[in-house]
Amino acid sequence: MTTDPVVLGIETSCDETGVGIVRGRTLLVDAVASSVEEHARFGGVVPEVASRAHLDAMVPTVERALRDSGLALADVDAVAVTSGPGLAGALLVGVAAAKALALALDVPIYGVNHLAAHVAVDVLEHGPLPEPTMALLVSGGHSSLLLVPDVTSDVRPLGATVDDAAGEAFDKVARLLGLPFPGGPHIDREARSGSSVAIAFPRGLTTGRDLERHRFDFSFSGLKTAVARWVQAKERSGEPVPVADVAASFQEAVVDVLTRKAVAACREHGVDHLLVGGGVAANSRLRALAQQRCEAAGIELRVPRPGLCTDNGAMVAAMGAELVLKGRAPSALDLPSDSSMPVQLVHS
Amino acid sequence: MLLLAIDTSTSAITVAVHDGSQILAEAATIDARGHAEHLAPRVAEVLATAGRAAAELTDVVVGLGPGPFTGLRVGIVTARTLAFAVGARLHGLGSLDALAHGAGRAGLVEPGASLLVATDARRREVYWARYEWTGAEPRLLDGPHVGRAAELPEPVLALGAVGRGPMLYPDALDGIPGAPLDVAAGALADLAVRRLAAGADLGAGEPLYLRRPDAAPLPPAAPATAAAV
Ligand SMILES: [Zn+2]
Repeated sequence: MTTDPVVLGIETSCDETGVGIVRGRTLLVDAVASSVEEHARFGGVVPEVASRAHLDAMVPTVERALRDSGLALADVDAVAVTSGPGLAGALLVGVAAAKALALALDVPIYGVNHLAAHVAVDVLEHGPLPEPTMALLVSGGHSSLLLVPDVTSDVRPLGATVDDAAGEAFDKVARLLGLPFPGGPHIDREARSGSSVAIAFPRGLTTGRDLERHRFDFSFSGLKTAVARWVQAKERSGEPVPVADVAASFQEAVVDVLTRKAVAACREHGVDHLLVGGGVAANSRLRALAQQRCEAAGIELRVPRPGLCTDNGAMVAAMGAELVLKGRAPSALDLPSDSSMPVQLVHS
Repeated sequence: MLLLAIDTSTSAITVAVHDGSQILAEAATIDARGHAEHLAPRVAEVLATAGRAAAELTDVVVGLGPGPFTGLRVGIVTARTLAFAVGARLHGLGSLDALAHGAGRAGLVEPGASLLVATDARRREVYWARYEWTGAEPRLLDGPHVGRAAELPEPVLALGAVGRGPMLYPDALDGIPGAPLDVAAGALADLAVRRLAAGADLGAGEPLYLRRPDAAPLPPAAPATAAAV
């Protein structure tokens, strides 16, 4: 294989059918079909609805990726696919499609960890990953702090959410405030006209014994409950709910804990690069506060552009290309998917 | 013609290669929860046995179910993607048709007689359909449906049944001795070749889910009392 392998990546772990193609560390195309609108009326992702949408979107999305990249399938040197973690039925659609492509093209297949792929995607934007890198991954499905000595072989979880994912908390609070699903962008927009210090919402796992026992873990369920109680009290008293202030104060509580713990983890492990990824990395306040705290601590911040932070095929392709470039062994055709794949298992 | 047949609607992950006049190779693994692991290796295996490459395929036929959704989709997405990648024609057939064809080809049904196909739909229900065996292929008379075995219409309950239904619900259904429990891709391939030769357009087809996703829409509207200030 050449030094710049063309890798096609498939992502179906949640509600986005993603097909991306990279050449080495260059992004050629990133095609995404989302079923998010089909889930909106349910207030969250419905697994069976997502799986059906993946099946219908798979071949059209592959076709679109090829058309937009100007490549032929014969140009593809390897196929990569998210084999976990994620929704079990949704993952299977992508894994089966990837195997069919690998079989048809007679090229190797790499089953990759979705979280590692969220880290690897940044090579497309900012070049090779410093080793080690600290990674904060925040989305509707995950909130993880990872020490990454080598994204192709060594990813160590330092902490994760003990209850809700950060993006989940955004969705639930948005719903409380009468804002549409998914909640993240709406909270972000409302918060711009509100005060982040108007209401002192709790910061989970940041004090006393909690901090000792869950040094780099997160908890957002108590925060969500505190927001609900505050909003209900306001409604009972007959006063209007100050949506912008609630949004800004809630958002501040989330990003304060995320960035504080991420910077502390960098200090403790002597890491001077922090990567923030996942859908919540699109949040403007998270980006701003992370930038401010990293500068103060002498840490270099890397955040891929929003389109690469949400779930997509390019991140899987990028991860596949990193595995090829480092000479890691491909997966077998009986590669299973694993809905609860541990993050230490970088590829399968 | 080089046709690949795939079915994952029952407990069998089953594949076959057919050259238009005969089945060149057939393989199956029984694993109700392992469709995605086993399917691609079985496809590679039958192609190797037949001495052919995936790129030589001219046609792919897939069983469209009904069957448990997760496994069913593995077969359909594999067939769609493979057909697209090698530029083969894609065809879909009802999976219960293939079970009926398998029983008929095996001589288990008299020409002109009716039979019931009943497979495991989980949740104490069966997927079922009623066919007439013409002597050459099954003719669909009713179905496919999903329901409790004991609640099938009386005349249907009286028929000899094919599939796992009679094994799962022996009090309600009468199995034909020796009849296939799961779909065999060889039968699916044979039926597809027969119908294509007769000029039928099988269509690429959509999965036969027969059930809606389990999900309740949210109660109308989040709090209307919240107001921006
Ligand atoms: Zn993700």
